[in-house]
Amino acid sequence: MAKSKLPWLVPATIAGALIPFASIAWRLSQHRLGANPIATALNQIGLLSLIFLCASLSCTPLKIASTWNWPLRVRRTLGLCAFFSVVLHFLVYLVFDQSLALGALLLDVLKRPFIALGFVALILLLPLALTSSRRAVAQLGFRRWQRIHRLAYLIGILGVLHFYLRVKADHTQPIVYGSVLAFGFMLRGAAALKKFRDMRLRASVHGVRSESA
Amino acid sequence: MRNPPRPPASSEITPAKLYSRRREFIKSGALFVGTSATLGAGLTSLSSMGSADPPVKPPPLPPAPKGAVPWRIGKRGQFALGEAETSYQDITTYNNYYELGLSKSEPANLGFLIKPRPWTLRITGEVEQERSLDIDTLIRWFGLEERVYRMRCVEAWSMVIPWLGFPLADLLKKLAPTSRAKYVRFTTLLDPEQLPNQASHVLSWPYVEGLRIDEAMNPLAFLALGLYGAPLPGQNGAPLRLIVPWKYGFKGGKSLVEIRFQTDEPVTTWSQSAPSEYGFYANVNPRVDHPRWSQASERRIGELSRRKTLPFNGYAEQVADLYRGMDLARYF
Repeated sequence: MAKSKLPWLVPATIAGALIPFASIAWRLSQHRLGANPIATALNQIGLLSLIFLCASLSCTPLKIASTWNWPLRVRRTLGLCAFFSVVLHFLVYLVFDQSLALGALLLDVLKRPFIALGFVALILLLPLALTSSRRAVAQLGFRRWQRIHRLAYLIGILGVLHFYLRVKADHTQPIVYGSVLAFGFMLRGAAALKKFRDMRLRASVHGVRSESA
Repeated sequence: MRNPPRPPASSEITPAKLYSRRREFIKSGALFVGTSATLGAGLTSLSSMGSADPPVKPPPLPPAPKGAVPWRIGKRGQFALGEAETSYQDITTYNNYYELGLSKSEPANLGFLIKPRPWTLRITGEVEQERSLDIDTLIRWFGLEERVYRMRCVEAWSMVIPWLGFPLADLLKKLAPTSRAKYVRFTTLLDPEQLPNQASHVLSWPYVEGLRIDEAMNPLAFLALGLYGAPLPGQNGAPLRLIVPWKYGFKGGKSLVEIRFQTDEPVTTWSQSAPSEYGFYANVNPRVDHPRWSQASERRIGELSRRKTLPFNGYAEQVADLYRGMDLARYF
């Protein structure tokens, strides 16, 4: 039935995800981003990237904790939003903040742990974005595809650390996003443990049967 | 005789399949609009948390105080820079005043909470006579002088600001500290009614800053009562703040209530909060990076590309002698 396919869900996610970027662009044109618009845009796009990452990584835990299936329908879309947002964040940093000074950028990456972490996260996102299509899943085989896409956990952690190390005094926000990720990991861990136990139980039941046979 | 109405051409008839799905289309459309709007609004507000929009209109210049002492600008032009002054809008809406809020724009919205009169500045410690002074007394004693200084924030942005006030050295000479006074400690107002974010514990309050006495006696060190010819708005540190233009901006304590002369180096707020990142001296130094970012360049507010940061913020000629023989990478 068409109703269960939620045909509006993915388009609505994409449209909704574009709104904050449109808002930043509009406020920039209206001189409403404050005295240091480059820093404000950089920070807001960076925060958006982390929100998309956390949202994408929360889809599976949300499915585990509920009986809903729809979170899995937007997982890829949210992950791609995170990728595009991270790329935009990097471009604002490179073009406007550093005025394309590649030497300064290289020095920053090498010398500053928080920039290095962000840069590594960007690099790690590339293979995930490139293998996000259904065709890539088919080509790689689900197992291999899944192994590659587990990098997303690491990317999420890198994103939170990148934010945590950048903040000057108030660590509330990075801690909140870190907790969202940690809670998701806990739910996944619990579900995996349960699955493992069930499998062992089934195996032992089978074992008993085969012995008695 | 009337003819029966002609039936519509078959091409005009809505196919039964589409007709039966009309509710579904409307419903999907509504869900699309509702979901995307909610998601968009949520994302926009989450991502702009901690960086609320600044007020769109520049705040009006506050009127000259109706004190007994006339608000008149005497001297001006000392240490002139020949660099464009940052706009009043930017100076008064892009502030670090954590006691009024952690974002750059929040202090501008809450600055009005600070009541600049009556105000008492306590003079304590190693001094001939401990006493309390009010703002009018200070204006009567020293008059008002305009100084246009560079302000370099430790966050690697900078401004050019026309301050109004008097040299700190004038006050120090008048107060006659004793020979045991080796340091000067500056303390900011502690009052959660006027500074609501003192309810949070991001830093320990009150905010404390300090200078070595010879630094405090340097002709550049300044106490500001105003900017752009008008009294300081709350967010810029009304009614009285410290300006040390060769040091990072955080050395300039705002809304001062106490100046204390002491023998020991004062424990300053940021150096206590993050000792590896903020030292007691905090001289602007392009060669000594903040552990997390470079101090080699800065963004001048209002400019697109970065500028090279100058040693001692361009005031080396006036202050480099104070630090002769000191390892500035160690005493950062």
